[in-house]
Amino acid sequence: MLRILDRIRRIGVVTETPPDADDTTLQQVGIEVRRVVEARYGGSLAIRQVDAGSCNGCELEIHALDNPYHDIERFGVRFVASPRHADALLVTGPVSRHMEAALRRTWEAVPAPKIVIAAGQCACDGGEFGVSYACRGAVADLLPVDVLIPGCPPTPMELLRGILAAIRR
Amino acid sequence: MSRFEWLEEYRARLEAGGVPLQGDGGTRLPPARVIQVEADDWGRAGRYSAAFGCRWAGVWAEQRGGRFGLYCLLEYRGDYLILETELPLAAPLIASHAPVYPAADRQERHLQDLFGIRFGQHPDARRWVRHAAWPAGRYPLRDDFPLNGEVLEETPPDDDYPFSRVQGAGVYEIPVGPVHAGIIEPGHFRFQAVGERVLKLEERLGYLHKGIEKIAVGRDPVGLARLAGRISGDTTVAHTWAACLAMERAAGVEVPSRGVALRALLAERERVANHLGDIGAICNDVGFAFALVQFSRLRELWLRRNHELFGHRLMMDRIVPGGVAVEPEPAAVGLLQEDHRLLRDELGALYDILEDHPSLEDRLLTTGRLTPETAHRLGCLGYVGRASGQGFDVRQASPHPPYDRLPVVVPLFREGDVAARLRVRMEETLNSLDLLDRLLLQLPEGGIVREMSVPAAGARGIGMVEGWRGEIVCYVRFGEKGRIARFFPRDPSWFNWPALEQIMLGNIVPDFPVCNKSVNGSYSGHDL
Repeated sequence: MLRILDRIRRIGVVTETPPDADDTTLQQVGIEVRRVVEARYGGSLAIRQVDAGSCNGCELEIHALDNPYHDIERFGVRFVASPRHADALLVTGPVSRHMEAALRRTWEAVPAPKIVIAAGQCACDGGEFGVSYACRGAVADLLPVDVLIPGCPPTPMELLRGILAAIRR
Repeated sequence: MSRFEWLEEYRARLEAGGVPLQGDGGTRLPPARVIQVEADDWGRAGRYSAAFGCRWAGVWAEQRGGRFGLYCLLEYRGDYLILETELPLAAPLIASHAPVYPAADRQERHLQDLFGIRFGQHPDARRWVRHAAWPAGRYPLRDDFPLNGEVLEETPPDDDYPFSRVQGAGVYEIPVGPVHAGIIEPGHFRFQAVGERVLKLEERLGYLHKGIEKIAVGRDPVGLARLAGRISGDTTVAHTWAACLAMERAAGVEVPSRGVALRALLAERERVANHLGDIGAICNDVGFAFALVQFSRLRELWLRRNHELFGHRLMMDRIVPGGVAVEPEPAAVGLLQEDHRLLRDELGALYDILEDHPSLEDRLLTTGRLTPETAHRLGCLGYVGRASGQGFDVRQASPHPPYDRLPVVVPLFREGDVAARLRVRMEETLNSLDLLDRLLLQLPEGGIVREMSVPAAGARGIGMVEGWRGEIVCYVRFGEKGRIARFFPRDPSWFNWPALEQIMLGNIVPDFPVCNKSVNGSYSGHDL
């Protein structure tokens, strides 16, 4: 136990000591997210993420939003397990036909008013996979999408900016 | 022992068993040798190969006009052997290898759904990758199936898949997915349980089927490499490498040695990044959040360095046909060496904590056991195999440059529990750091990429690369004008997903997340 505490003490809080310029930007965007979440979402924005055909690259970067460098929860944003608890849907992938029904059902389960964010190149326009017998392509062809976050995959910073753009609307 | 010394005896055994073989086992698909078998002898060839001790490493097909070509990849003592046969399009029935090689089960069903090849004596002929995007009796990978499909309207849910049931007093069923509680890929798990104890777990995958094998057709090598980099985002480097190896072998292109070394550098960095993430996540699944925070911190630093030196956090599209697309600055070598030193120090301190933490030990030891026998039967690969006594590693057993000149150490355990799968990742991370240091010390001078030539129509190639999950196999055949006619990437997850079903037997439902994370199969890489 002492070793754990020692480790924690030695590493310190990486979140609050931005080591480079990128983290300063992160702080700025994050504070803006916090402000909008306070004003419009009662201090807490709940996001349900749905992988609708992604290669998992986008998921890795969405995960990175939770790591101690980005720590998106401090800005009032958290990822929830149930769409029924969600304010926003964060969709990745070129909407594989095999995920189409599940995506629609998840969207229906999110209470209105709801935000839909299409994250990653595939969700924006089909990306490398496009439209085929197996994929429907852009999420916007199936659901009303509020904000697009391009990138393959978008970086955590780009994801945070996209989330900010979505809640500012 | 020199390469293929065993092949003579293998041929003799098959021929004595009444399986005539054609072809000289020549090297038309290097590093593999190819032997032609009559379609009628396919099942027996599988049986004799199993008895001989060959590892079954994949099956794929291609349409050649009115016929199907069928390939089965075997491995013995680090040598790859391909059995090849032909089937008429009109009556594509062939004996299944699944009765002797359980790993063949789902891969044959993949061919059944996409090509309409029927496998006789298959223990489970249910559909696998087909849900409701195309109807029964239509086969997307046949030439007559249009790329855009034949159904334009909404795809209905796949409601009527015949899951197997367990019956008895107090048995209940828990359906989970395809949309899971966390930020993870979609798949369906059907548990049959009594109380908290799992009697049976059945997986249902295919939700991420993106038609990768079909949309690959007609691409040029650069386009195929990009697609390969998106088969499984966490394995973008290794899948791209395997696809490029296959294309380069088909085209007879040799990558400059500096390009080869840089490829390995990227691949080992990918291994470290994923292992760091997994070590933290496994511990977190038993409530040890400290490890998640620390290891995700180290992973983030690692990814930032990727971005700084190679221009992409996950290193997508850095490997290209003929070499690599990125030449690190001269200062990068020193920077990376310092990174490796610091990471080793950090890991030393963190490993001490993980290894000496009673509550972690209590939750991970004996949880989710996969016996060496089962792992062998299923052909498990990577850390799943190595935690259960299966030591195969492409880098060691069948090394391609630059691994032929690197001392690859493969950790091997027999306990087969979550703790062992964690242990393998911990050791592999350190081993990769050693390899990375060696690569930097011996980094050859010169060019990093060579121009791809246009191979003749029909030129074929295979590529085997040890991805962070295990052996990746990639098959490529060229058509006219250097365009791809066939692409089949075989992710190691095909062999490890079935292991998860075995691992869960007798474990409790709440331990599913940690068991699943310890296997961490790729959904996207499997569903294609």
